[in-house]
Amino acid sequence: MLQFLQLIASGIAQGCIYGLIALGFVLIYKATETINFAQGDLMMLGGFLGLTGTLALGLPFWAAFAAALVVMLFFGMALERVVLRPLLGQPAFTVVMVTIGIGYLARGLVTMIPEWGTDTHVLPVPYRDEIVSVGGSDGLILSMEHIVIIAVTALLIAGLYLLFKHTKIGIAMQATSQNQLAAFYMGIPVRRINMLVWGLSAAISACAGLLLAPITFVHANMGFIGLKAFPAAVVGGFGSIPGALVGGLIIGVVETLAGFYLPEGFKDIAAYIVVLVMLAVKPNGLFGENLRKKV
Amino acid sequence: MRFLFKTDYRQDVRLFKHGGQVFWYGLLLAALLVAPWLLPDYYVSQLVFIWIYAIAAIGLMILVGFTGQVSLGHAAFLAMGAYTEAYLHQHGWPFALSLTFSALVAGITGVIVGLPSLRVKGMYLAIATLAFGFIVEEGIARAESITGGNAGKTIGSLEVFGLPIDSEQRFYYLSLFVLALVVVGVMNLLRSPTGRAFVAIRDSEISAQSMGINLARYKTIAFALSAAVAGIAGALYAHKLRYLSPDQFTFLQSIELLIILVIGGVGSIYGAIFGAAFWIAVQQFIVLAKDWLPPAIGQQTGLQPTVFGLILVAFVLFEPMGLYGRWLKIRTFFQLFPFYRKGLFRRQKSYMKSERLK
Repeated sequence: MLQFLQLIASGIAQGCIYGLIALGFVLIYKATETINFAQGDLMMLGGFLGLTGTLALGLPFWAAFAAALVVMLFFGMALERVVLRPLLGQPAFTVVMVTIGIGYLARGLVTMIPEWGTDTHVLPVPYRDEIVSVGGSDGLILSMEHIVIIAVTALLIAGLYLLFKHTKIGIAMQATSQNQLAAFYMGIPVRRINMLVWGLSAAISACAGLLLAPITFVHANMGFIGLKAFPAAVVGGFGSIPGALVGGLIIGVVETLAGFYLPEGFKDIAAYIVVLVMLAVKPNGLFGENLRKKV
Repeated sequence: MRFLFKTDYRQDVRLFKHGGQVFWYGLLLAALLVAPWLLPDYYVSQLVFIWIYAIAAIGLMILVGFTGQVSLGHAAFLAMGAYTEAYLHQHGWPFALSLTFSALVAGITGVIVGLPSLRVKGMYLAIATLAFGFIVEEGIARAESITGGNAGKTIGSLEVFGLPIDSEQRFYYLSLFVLALVVVGVMNLLRSPTGRAFVAIRDSEISAQSMGINLARYKTIAFALSAAVAGIAGALYAHKLRYLSPDQFTFLQSIELLIILVIGGVGSIYGAIFGAAFWIAVQQFIVLAKDWLPPAIGQQTGLQPTVFGLILVAFVLFEPMGLYGRWLKIRTFFQLFPFYRKGLFRRQKSYMKSERLK
């Protein structure tokens, strides 16, 4: 039983990462109806920025964390402005291909930057290898990395909730995601809002990357974990923000349990089996709206 | 400028529209037939890769370019064909039979994947195929008794109707022949009611449905045909490489096929072939460029993905119709000379087609 709880705990931590990346997908999808295949690579960039912040610039970890988020916010906005805005109104397939291209570019260019390269790096975090045991010495043992992931995710979600509920920008984002044309008529600068959404999404991915860094290390291909966030987003219903997080948690927990109880090999495909089952049973996901397209 | 005076409806569906086409395609065919005798073995081998990739790309084109369904897991069908061929070859089946059977197995897998496509569409379909691709990749690694698992599987030498295919030239002719069959087959498909139905589904599912096209049926057929053609490419690929392992059929391979389509131009057979040729040529070019670039850039492992990414982004931004579109523009320029106008092929500013409820 204790072992089971232990697995659930680490599954939840892993799920938070998936959830955060899925959140990035969902934000962009809701705002612009396109899928960003470079989300995982934005996450990787975030990890590398944190690395530069702490090692090369000598910043304290949390300052580097914040700095990386800000840099990625602007990077995301620049990406939207330069690459994606000229494609406004093109079919989703076109935009998907561009984001795939951006992903390739990011993965290639990162290996060319001298300090980053193709090596695997360790991000020095202040809470490394610390352990917290809950319920006495033979109780549940949680590693500090997992606790930090869960705590920061919770904080971030709370922040996003406040943003979307109580600020003008957040409400404008919601309006844009519901109906661009109507939002435009109401005087919302839709393009600028889209740019902000891309920035926000990039920053959230960077956050995921920085949280994941102590567990998987930082390397150019760490972005492929983003491919497992697709199932998370679909399970939650692609257009739903709480859904993305719940989907992430489900995928994380299922994956961890599959890795322990099922034969070898199931861990890697558990997420995809879950998503296929989900698509067969309830294609709109747990929190998805069931809308019919009109002619 | 050529004027076609049509006197018969059959002229609309003819494979060759006029004598000029017969002449030029004949010349092209002659050049391709002579090529392996004039080129060094290495280039012949690269041409073989182009033909194989072109077959795979045509398979994907049936689905993406003509039916409008996205697949992010096409490497799985390639793998299905390749491993079926390897397995049957090992058990001594003749090539013609095992090739057909590989296509069949891949096609049946395509039907299985196509079935959910009746329920989900657009992005959800993309993710379903992506998930399927990963599951097949893992399945291949695990089914060690058939596929050899991660250790890989080697394939013995090939023999077609008693003729051993032991040189690059012979394999070149074999793959060129298969490519020609596939091209003619797909061209015929496109002028048949089935092919017309595919294009109608691509352009608008709702109007296709209201014209009496059974969406479920035709989407499944599209998946089956697309997968079967990919399976044929996979079977040739297996014999070309003579060694198969699961890491040749990853998600990145599926993406590569999509990139080939985008570079070549989505929506035409030419696009698939142009894209495949360009893709192989770029890879060769990168290998060559490594020698004369300064080592600081040339020896980077990231050079290849960077170049791929740049090419892809540049094509989507500046030439969304791909190489075939560029060729059309050049041809039109000369045909209409001096009346070509810049706006002739300008992208229509289309408003976003929303999948959502308005």
